[in-house]
Amino acid sequence: MRKFILAASLAIAAAGFANSAQAQGEIKIGEINSYSLLPAFTEPYRKGWQLAVEEINAAGGINGKKLVVISKDDGGKPADAQTAANELVSSENVAMLTGTFLSNIGLAVSDFANQKKVFFLAAEPLTDAITWSKGNRYTFRLRPSNYMQAAMLVEAASKLPAKRWATVAPNYEYGQSAVSVFKKLMSEKRPDIQWVDEQWPPQGKIDAGPVVQALAAANPEAILNVTFGADLVKFVREGNTRGLFKGRDVVSFLTGEPEYLDPLKDETPVGWIVTGYPWYDIKTPDHDKFLKAYQAKFNDYPRLGSIVGYQTIKAAAAILTKANSTDPEKLIAATEGLSMPSPFGEITFRKIDHQSTLGAYVGKTALKDGKGVMVDIAYKKGSDFLPSDAEVEKLRPKD
Amino acid sequence: MSTPETLLSVEGLSKSYGGVHAVRNVSFSLKAGEILALIGPNGAGKSTCFDMLNGQNLPDSGRIHLLGRDTVGEKPRAIWRLGVGRTFQITATFPTMTVRENVQVALVSHQRQLFNFFASTPKFARDEAGQLLDLVGMGGYAERPCGELAYGDLKRLELAVALANEPKLLLMDEPTAGMAPRERIDLMRLTARIAREKSIGVLFTEHDMDVVFEHADRILVLNRGSLIAEGSPEQVRANPQVRAVYLGEGLVYDARHRDGAHA
Amino acid sequence: MAFYVVQFLTGLASAASLFLMASGLSIIFGVTRIVNFAHGAFYMIGAYVAFTLTERFSGALGFWGGIVAAALVVALLGVLVEMVLLRRIYHSPELFQLLATFGLTLMVQDLVVLIWGPDDLVGRRAPGFKGAVDFFGQAIPSYDLFLIVLSPVVLGILYLLFQRTRWGILVRAATQDRDMVAALGVNQKWLFTSVFAVGVFLAALGGALQIPRDAVHHAMDLRIIVEVFVVVVIGGLGSIIGAFVAAVLVSELNAFGILIFPKISIILVFLVMAVVLIVRPWGLFGKPEAPARRSPGLTVNPWRPLTSGERLASLAALAIAALLPFFVGNYALSVGSEIAIFVIFAVSLHFLMSVGGLASFGHAAYFGLGAYGVAFLAKMAGLPMIVSLSLGPLLGCLGAAVFGFFCVQLSGVYFAMLTLAFAQIVWSIAFQWVAVTGGDNGILGVWPDKWAASPSSFYWLSLGIAALAVVILRIIVFSPFGYALRATRDSMLRSEAIGINAKRMQWTAFVIAGTVAGVAGALFAFLKGSVFPDNMGIPLSVDALVMVLLGGVETVSGAVIGAIVFKAANIWLVSQTDWSKLVLGAFIVLIVVAFPKGIVGTLEALISRRKSASAKPLVTRIETAE
Repeated sequence: MRKFILAASLAIAAAGFANSAQAQGEIKIGEINSYSLLPAFTEPYRKGWQLAVEEINAAGGINGKKLVVISKDDGGKPADAQTAANELVSSENVAMLTGTFLSNIGLAVSDFANQKKVFFLAAEPLTDAITWSKGNRYTFRLRPSNYMQAAMLVEAASKLPAKRWATVAPNYEYGQSAVSVFKKLMSEKRPDIQWVDEQWPPQGKIDAGPVVQALAAANPEAILNVTFGADLVKFVREGNTRGLFKGRDVVSFLTGEPEYLDPLKDETPVGWIVTGYPWYDIKTPDHDKFLKAYQAKFNDYPRLGSIVGYQTIKAAAAILTKANSTDPEKLIAATEGLSMPSPFGEITFRKIDHQSTLGAYVGKTALKDGKGVMVDIAYKKGSDFLPSDAEVEKLRPKD
Repeated sequence: MSTPETLLSVEGLSKSYGGVHAVRNVSFSLKAGEILALIGPNGAGKSTCFDMLNGQNLPDSGRIHLLGRDTVGEKPRAIWRLGVGRTFQITATFPTMTVRENVQVALVSHQRQLFNFFASTPKFARDEAGQLLDLVGMGGYAERPCGELAYGDLKRLELAVALANEPKLLLMDEPTAGMAPRERIDLMRLTARIAREKSIGVLFTEHDMDVVFEHADRILVLNRGSLIAEGSPEQVRANPQVRAVYLGEGLVYDARHRDGAHA
Repeated sequence: MAFYVVQFLTGLASAASLFLMASGLSIIFGVTRIVNFAHGAFYMIGAYVAFTLTERFSGALGFWGGIVAAALVVALLGVLVEMVLLRRIYHSPELFQLLATFGLTLMVQDLVVLIWGPDDLVGRRAPGFKGAVDFFGQAIPSYDLFLIVLSPVVLGILYLLFQRTRWGILVRAATQDRDMVAALGVNQKWLFTSVFAVGVFLAALGGALQIPRDAVHHAMDLRIIVEVFVVVVIGGLGSIIGAFVAAVLVSELNAFGILIFPKISIILVFLVMAVVLIVRPWGLFGKPEAPARRSPGLTVNPWRPLTSGERLASLAALAIAALLPFFVGNYALSVGSEIAIFVIFAVSLHFLMSVGGLASFGHAAYFGLGAYGVAFLAKMAGLPMIVSLSLGPLLGCLGAAVFGFFCVQLSGVYFAMLTLAFAQIVWSIAFQWVAVTGGDNGILGVWPDKWAASPSSFYWLSLGIAALAVVILRIIVFSPFGYALRATRDSMLRSEAIGINAKRMQWTAFVIAGTVAGVAGALFAFLKGSVFPDNMGIPLSVDALVMVLLGGVETVSGAVIGAIVFKAANIWLVSQTDWSKLVLGAFIVLIVVAFPKGIVGTLEALISRRKSASAKPLVTRIETAE
């Protein structure tokens, strides 16, 4: 019976051997994301990085070498992400790891990178822990963190007259830390406000009717929303029908991202203060160039994931080019303080906490031709919404 | 030789379900080496009575003394520990084991080795198991999977299992149900022989009057929950009440109808 | 006051979709005894098809016609599935149908993305039910009112169907006694098919009716399936009224519970189920199950220890496996370690299922507890690896001792569901108690000490422990304890009649299985260097079940092969394709059809048949029995 072990192992080994030879003149990047669990977000992301790979190789690759991205699905499970990371590092001999969407997967891969001394550029996970409390020298992060998004929203929210606030967030780390950072920053700016209710529906399983009712019963003047995806759809639909949003301000994480806003179609609530990606209204040369190339290649408009995917690989290429080596220590040295262009303008990877200064757009939701859009948009630079260096030093363990 | 000890004594046993008296004030006793039949038409309360003796069912009132202990409220497994073997109307055996292993499990339990995690059961008390199987004439089938035995063989296996704890009393619920006539007589003769040799008391219920009248030392007749007659086969046969109960069913035992009569 | 009335009505509306799903599941289970894991998949397809139809056909007729048409289309699909797939496996061991429907579920999750694309779809509102009704200043969506009326109507229709039609009477009879209906000369095949169709119709209708409230997406099924199972069990299997009451109970408790404990939703249904099952072991409206007849596939070939030749072969295979580090790379070794760990996990569940006859749906709880035990000891107490590895599994042991005590009081599906409830409770503690467990971000940095850090040493360690676990469990299987435990599975009546205290045997078996699972979890924590609530989640419990069933639940060593095949296929597929669920699901369905007794079980049957066809039928048959 154990012959099966042998057969299975040999088959795996053979597959490993076949791939392990690093072709000459190639640099490999290992990329991991939740393609099968979250296709709505990872498909545009994949298109983004595919565009970047094409552009980089068309421009001569990395110091003359061709860039190859080997992409793996993690099925939404931290343990599977580690298996994939291990395969990429051990069998494929990739120069660095990139990607991940969910916070716990980002952290799992980050811990793996720290243990195995591999360079990891986290693309999408939002958790503050990845750069602060559980930060490590091998891990960098591209997307603006939970803290930064909260700070951007607080800037606008603190100007609202509302004093009674309620919150609704998915019941897991992302929702919990989004609410707690928002509350903390908000209370600092506005000591006069009161938190009158909080609702914690399980992620992906909101029973929206009772939640909306419960929020309405607390009679808040403003609501902070952190739900997204299908939960957001249900919440908005119930809220609209039951009049929850009438006469109330709503501040909402990520809702302006096309991934979350577009499904709402003509039911998009109007006047919410959101972070997001109004690709139709960004009129900068950097973004125009990206938008044209993206639309030409895919005949589709970009989502925020497209930007993140695109910029992740662009950043990886910039790092590899500058380091001119695949040695992790040299990659770290090259990345710390490295500045580069992005569709949102120039960004820098901070030495102090390995966070990039990529920002986000803040605006208000509106309805246009039966579709949800962001209006009154303003780009918020990431560097303006991070705590002071002294505070960051305290948050992050020493390397 | 002194008088045989009383193994079982039942006094005023009653049980009713939602106002229907299944068993009403039944009293009897059973001595070592005695074979006692409990008969009666369908629904007379035989099974209920049996289940109460066995601990599967709790009486509303009455006393059951098994081997000198009051066993009302005891679980079947506790009653078994006192030395009571049991066979079922529909055989209950372990189909994923061999014939011998079926007996071995009972021996494991009898020797209080249930929480032994290391010994090998197939080697456990092999000789004893073999002897028990020989006793019931199953010695040649020891290695056979229990799941492929013929029904009559299963009944004999059950008897071997029931004998594994060296019981003083056997409770047999319709021991020959579902068997061919020839096999019935063989099985009951075997049981009777073993009972007499080992001085085991046997209480059995049975529909087959041939079996009952050939082997029982005494017969109890139940009707609608009450004991209507008790005595030797001759006494019971002569009892007008019993004849009345059984008349419609045409089951009255008559020696002239029996083939292979002895004496 | 008006608020509480409205909150109550809102709860009733939430209960409607749960009830539609649960009633269908309950009917299917009652008659066919199939634990239809694919019920959620049919719900989801119902929603997708309804989305397409209602977008295509405008107007009120287009909408309502589309909803009903979608449910009918999906019911036809259900008939197809029943006839092509399930009919072939009704006589397979219990729960094997669960495996088939699980495979289908995996396939459907990928198929809907292939067909309808990855984006969340938001359908249109129901014509005539777009707004809200004012109730003393509180708004009630009119669609909610529609749903509130709908579920009693459906309940009434089902009631009439079951009480007043010949079909309904047959279904009720079959629910009580399957064999009797067959004996009455009823065409059982078509009865099963029609029941399955009705159940699927209800599921699809439930999905289709979500269009005006929800987004249609590819994870809808998982979102609801477990909760529906729970509702069915709370209500009592096979009881439609029970499903209705349970759906209302759960929804109302949630609606009012969140007013006091906003974080209660995540665990509420499982708490309710645990309490109900402990107090009423057959659910609110269920009846005690008739003593199970021998499951049809139960083997007649007794288990036997390995012959000396087979022992040598196993040792040789183990030796070859131990030589792998000299031939293969680090990744292959890590995969090998992972497979070895899952062999341990699978054999622990197999022990409980095959020997004890107790199919646990929450076995991952003890795997996860072992993993967290290690994480606490190694990370927080800073103990060396060898100590953590030895003591960590004790947390699994402890959990199994406490939960097992309650679980073994039940049997069959109720046992399975109580294990599931406890597993979810443990999971939610790990998920919610952020201060201690790190919540969903887990505990990081649980890496092995130097001596075991290299992939080859860790592989040897895992392989060694796996071999040890397999050997120990095999010894126990053939020990007096193992036989006595198997006796309780084979015949509860007989084992009680020979002095065996079944509950104590089962409880002990539960603790053994939990501890061994804890060992697997402990190793897993070190392999991955981290623990997450995932390590005790439902998907992992299901994986373990799949491994056992795949290998063959009626064999002694099937789980070893099942774990190797499933885990290797899983890792390879996830690495090779983003459509791993589609391929894996198809693979499982194929195996279910091709190997109706599991891989090892079918091989054994084949060998046994071939040998017994040749000379000396009786003796040979016994020798090849295992």
